[in-house]
Amino acid sequence: MERWLFLTTDGLSKGAVYAAFALAIVLIWRATRIVNFAQGAMAVAAVYVAYSVTAATGSYWLGFAAAVLSGLVLGAVVERVVMRFVEHAPPLNAVIVALGLVLLVQAVLGSIYGNEYRPVGTPVSRTGLSVGGVSLLSAYDLLVFGAVGLVVAGLALLFTRTPVGLRMRASAFAPEVSRLLGVNVAGMLTLGWALASAVGALAGLLVIPTELGLHPNAMDLVFVSSFTAAVVGGLDSPVGAVVGGLAVGLVLSYVAGYLSADVTPLAALVLLLAVLLVRPGGLFATTATRRV
Amino acid sequence: MSLLRVQGLTAGYGGAPVLSDVDFEVRAGTVLAVLGANGAGKTTLLRSVSGLLKPTAGTVSFDGCDLRGVRVEHLVRRGLAHVPEGRGIVAELTVAENLRLGGLWRADRDAVRADLDEVYGLFPALAARRGHAGHQLSGGERQMLALGRALMARPRLLLVDEPSLGLAPKAVAQVMAILRHLRDTTGLAVLLVEQNVRSALAVADEAVVLALGRIAAAGPAAALRDDTALRHAYLGF
Ligand SMILES: Nc1ncnc2c1ncn2[C@@H]1O[C@H](COP(=O)(O)OP(=O)(O)O)[C@@H](O)[C@H]1O
Ligand SMILES: [Mg+2]
Repeated sequence: MERWLFLTTDGLSKGAVYAAFALAIVLIWRATRIVNFAQGAMAVAAVYVAYSVTAATGSYWLGFAAAVLSGLVLGAVVERVVMRFVEHAPPLNAVIVALGLVLLVQAVLGSIYGNEYRPVGTPVSRTGLSVGGVSLLSAYDLLVFGAVGLVVAGLALLFTRTPVGLRMRASAFAPEVSRLLGVNVAGMLTLGWALASAVGALAGLLVIPTELGLHPNAMDLVFVSSFTAAVVGGLDSPVGAVVGGLAVGLVLSYVAGYLSADVTPLAALVLLLAVLLVRPGGLFATTATRRV
Repeated sequence: MSLLRVQGLTAGYGGAPVLSDVDFEVRAGTVLAVLGANGAGKTTLLRSVSGLLKPTAGTVSFDGCDLRGVRVEHLVRRGLAHVPEGRGIVAELTVAENLRLGGLWRADRDAVRADLDEVYGLFPALAARRGHAGHQLSGGERQMLALGRALMARPRLLLVDEPSLGLAPKAVAQVMAILRHLRDTTGLAVLLVEQNVRSALAVADEAVVLALGRIAAAGPAAALRDDTALRHAYLGF
């Protein structure tokens, strides 16, 4: 029971990060029908920026702000300079370009920072508060839940309650019609990539200190888990991404706790396959796909 | 005064041109019907006018200004609204959101609110279904929504692509009555693409007949209605 409680809180904390990262994947998928396989590498790049800023200033929060900001900028630049040219091309082009971007980003990071794991600090303690002898939520877990919760709520408000959110949704669903209605669809795409990349950077910032540390490949496994979460959620559904993220976090935590930590990557893939076999559209996909 | 002037318009999709050397004008406050069989090039014509398709030759000028180089998303700001074929409502958004989208670029928020009330007054069926998603609407309601949303931009010229397609006769009559009403009360000019010749000629002031991408006939709507030989040759009634 104690072990179960520990694994559950740990799974939810990881799951919150997967949820945020899956949300970023879904945002881009909805807008462009592209799975951004470079999202992990882009997030790592932003965390390296945070690392450098924190090292130079001694402030975790300045580094935090720098990572989110550089995530925004990197997302916008990647969309403008690279992805714009494959948005209307066959899907495989986007996959290949994204994978090329992964190699490029990882090579650049490796040449600047080297290929060793660098420990990253956290602003609050990661030691779990002890409740009746069981080590449960740490202050850092609470920070993770709070940050992810704010991001999810903020995005929900942005998309459903603001004019720019309406423009972004319309651009994603019906780009040509949106242009005829005066919406700057290209601008909305750039904004969507920027937001998604910033959310990805935030997720990287939150998760990397809890794993092996900072490394050009640090987000590879997080990407696989989050992609699984996004697919579980239907790839099209922001709510599905969040629920999928928490579910994947829990499953992987139980697998690591009751079986072995070595099989978690495998477990993520098995979960992905199982979902695709049972419900190819994901668990939250609306049955009717879009046809106007 | 001519609001829209199309001269020597030639356009296509890479192969042989679908439209060749098309000329016509739409005067302010009038309805021009573009008639023609399936595949004649009517949709291509509207798309070339609004720049969704880049013409290979010819000019399109709106209100005396060449539209070449004007970005599609800036057309509504100049007073030109295009309701595309198949209605083009955003099925995932609600009726209210679709309408809001139509006036989102405008800075005069109070006037936008007044226009929204006016649109709901014009289309009571939409007012009753504000919160419904676009995909829940009937064909007639979708057409109303597409028209209402275009009106939210307060256009001076409306391009409408086959509004009668797939609608019951009663809904067709309703759509045409609304176009006539708008022309008569607000001075809206309409470029109305239709295969439904009778309905279109009933509201149009002028008409052109498009056949195989060329203008085969043009003139006042009444004259086309009365020209038996032309009707038999191109219009099928
Ligand atoms: N996207 C396209 N690509 C290639 N050919 C097209 C395309 N759209 C239309 N056409 C061709 O152009 C011609 C005119 O089509 P269209 O303008 O849609 O006619 P209408 O609207 O009068 O039915 C047809 O022969 C059609 O096959
Ligand atoms: Mg057509």
